[in-house]
Amino acid sequence: MAHDHSLNPETMPHHPEKATLEGKNKFLGLWFFLGGETVLFASLFGTYLALKNSTAGGPTSEELFGLELVFLMTMLLLTSSLTSVYAMYHMKNNDFKKMQLWLGITGLLGVAFLACEIYEFYHYIHEYGFTFRSSAFGSAFYTLVGFHGGHVLFGLSWLAAIMIRNAKRGLNLYNAPKFNTFSLYWHFIDVVWVFIFTVVYLMGKVA
Amino acid sequence: MSTATAQKTSFAAVIWDYLTTVDHKKIGKLYLYGGGFFFLLGGLEAMIIRIQLIKPENNFISAGLYNEMITMHGTTMIFFAAMPLLIGLMNAVMPLQIGARDVAFPFLNALGFWLFLFGGIMLNVSWLTGAPDAGWTSYTPLSTLSPGHGVDYYVLGLQISGAGTLMGGINFLVTIVNMRAPGMTYMRMPLFTWTTFVVSVLILFAFPALTVGLFLLMFDRMFDSAFFDVALGGNSIIWQHLFWIFGHPEVYILILPAFGIFSEIFATFSRKRLFGYTAMVFATILIAFLGFMVWAHHMFTVGMGPVANSIFAIATMAIAVPTGIKIFNWLLTLWGGNITINSAMLWSLGFIPSFTIGGMTGVMVATSVADYQYHDSYFVVAHFHYVIVGGVVFGILAALHYWWPIMFRRILNEKLGKLAFWTFFIGFHLTFFIQHFLGLMGMPRRYWVFLEDQGLELGNLISTIGAFFMAFGVIVFLYNAIYVWFKGEPAPQDPWDGRTLEWAVASPVPHYNFKQLPLVRGLDALWIEKMEGNGKLTPAEPVGDIHMPNGSILPFLMSVGFFIAGFGFIYQTQTNFAYIFLFGGMALALLCMLIRSLKDDHGYHIHKEELEKEAE
Repeated sequence: MAHDHSLNPETMPHHPEKATLEGKNKFLGLWFFLGGETVLFASLFGTYLALKNSTAGGPTSEELFGLELVFLMTMLLLTSSLTSVYAMYHMKNNDFKKMQLWLGITGLLGVAFLACEIYEFYHYIHEYGFTFRSSAFGSAFYTLVGFHGGHVLFGLSWLAAIMIRNAKRGLNLYNAPKFNTFSLYWHFIDVVWVFIFTVVYLMGKVA
Repeated sequence: MSTATAQKTSFAAVIWDYLTTVDHKKIGKLYLYGGGFFFLLGGLEAMIIRIQLIKPENNFISAGLYNEMITMHGTTMIFFAAMPLLIGLMNAVMPLQIGARDVAFPFLNALGFWLFLFGGIMLNVSWLTGAPDAGWTSYTPLSTLSPGHGVDYYVLGLQISGAGTLMGGINFLVTIVNMRAPGMTYMRMPLFTWTTFVVSVLILFAFPALTVGLFLLMFDRMFDSAFFDVALGGNSIIWQHLFWIFGHPEVYILILPAFGIFSEIFATFSRKRLFGYTAMVFATILIAFLGFMVWAHHMFTVGMGPVANSIFAIATMAIAVPTGIKIFNWLLTLWGGNITINSAMLWSLGFIPSFTIGGMTGVMVATSVADYQYHDSYFVVAHFHYVIVGGVVFGILAALHYWWPIMFRRILNEKLGKLAFWTFFIGFHLTFFIQHFLGLMGMPRRYWVFLEDQGLELGNLISTIGAFFMAFGVIVFLYNAIYVWFKGEPAPQDPWDGRTLEWAVASPVPHYNFKQLPLVRGLDALWIEKMEGNGKLTPAEPVGDIHMPNGSILPFLMSVGFFIAGFGFIYQTQTNFAYIFLFGGMALALLCMLIRSLKDDHGYHIHKEELEKEAE
């Protein structure tokens, strides 16, 4: 390739993720995408708030939610955001192995979060008969939290794909933007969860 | 492989080229072909509606088919005709206007087009089994209770094409922020680029609301959720809010590019700088901002209460101010100009009074108290056709005449152009002006028949006659396009004595657009060089290697995957067999995404030596 040299420079620039036009475009494009995602989740939050008391005689949020598990999930996801920051720190220092290590930890924390969520849904369905179809509250709850869970799942698949793909060849200016956009996306998922924790679980338990 | 593409001419090679292209100019043309096709379909549906209403208690089509006709006419015209035609023009022109070699994400650009096309096909496949019949707004519970699969096709078709539109919006935003030529500051961008930019922001923040609304409707219809099921605590008003939080910005997504188009045309054919450029830019931004604050004016009669109604009424009327600024700026651009009147200019001049009438009735329906009288009557039908036909369709036709030389290397025939304009213009006012009065006389919209002896006969007859004039105008335009394709001479590079960068590129436009990126010295960059320089743009860089993106079949295959999965979603309610389509289609789409992620795509370079050889 004509510009293999430019993709594998002798010394990496300080911001390898934004050193090429493609990198700059990916960076900005992902920010815009997250803007759209904000509206998507805002619409889902709005729907949830409108329907959270429409339990149709089924279990209410106060009866359902247990803050212990949700607190654990919050800690898992917040920590995974922190570890992805470490990964990006090592990317900027051109330390590929450490970046992969921290990304791996990020992924494991994400998997643990997802496992908790699956357990939580299973628990609601089998212990309380609280399903997607039992009430408008159920539909809104599973849609909002499920959309977030789907985003986590997509993020984990994305992470696995770029980690495995680049495992042998190390960091260059072509894949650095990919790692960086993943990390931005992951932070966003984390922020959405903070709102879910507050609006769905805390307000559902207390308010 | 760089310059050899021109040598392949066999039919299969051309088809393959278009299936795999990531070139913004070709994608622009594809959007025009696709949008044009759906425009004709939507027009045919409109003619059937008008024939049914030509006389009282007509029996031309059944009541059920009539409901399908109005639903498909509205949905097709908004989502699959007006939007893709505008996005096609943006693709064809905007990168040239900012002096860029392509858009920021060429692959995503192609994907956006194929998603739009397959979404449109998805919607229209419904004709085979029963089309959607709940209106283009698909209000619940009408849409949740509508039998058959019509509304399912509506949901999946819009979901697929909406994802494509969202990608297009992000792509244009990044292109304009990151890829402007040296010297092209924001306040030197042509107005069409500005409106593309602002409209992309609107797309980005409006479409996700529709995405969510469609998901909720899909879950209710296909997976038995209870969002709109009142018995289980659901609430139908949620749909209306989500739909209009998207739907009102949508009308500005349609009209703002048209405003940009007219700004270019008035300046060019008055041979004057656009009057009040800065005010035009800020009026555009203000309209976009206010456009997000007014969605509930579609819901005055829902029962939101006087406070909410008043707030939304006042916010809506406020939009008349920046719009008025624009109208006066266009008039003052014309004032004292050296005016050329040709087809592009006729459509633009016809737009001003037509759109102003639509704006005036807009303020009328914004008056929440009076709206109780207008709501769901033909007055509203007349209002939105005045803004959408008189604004958007006139804008698209003006733009096609104006930019045809760049896109197709021909100049459209003036005689045919004028014939098309006058028949369409007269037909348009015949069709819709009288509808204001039909509405005020009490004729409700969406009704299959009207009764005799209620004073509605003459108005409806005139309206239908007008519709035939419009159809004739469209046919003349099509004939014009085909006629110049075969009989026309190749157009010169700059036939209108243009002012902006798109007129400075060679004809035919090379696939890399600019051999050397131009240096922009001010607003109307080309005009400055014509007045103060030698008429040619100063290059901002020496001749060097040009980086180009590779073509790819993946966008097409990915869209096919979602298309197949759509059928799976629709028919899994009936038979488990459909899960094969659902999972098969999704697997194909996700596999394409994975390949895209794993396979390095560095593009290729056109080398300096090749460029120099071409120049000889």
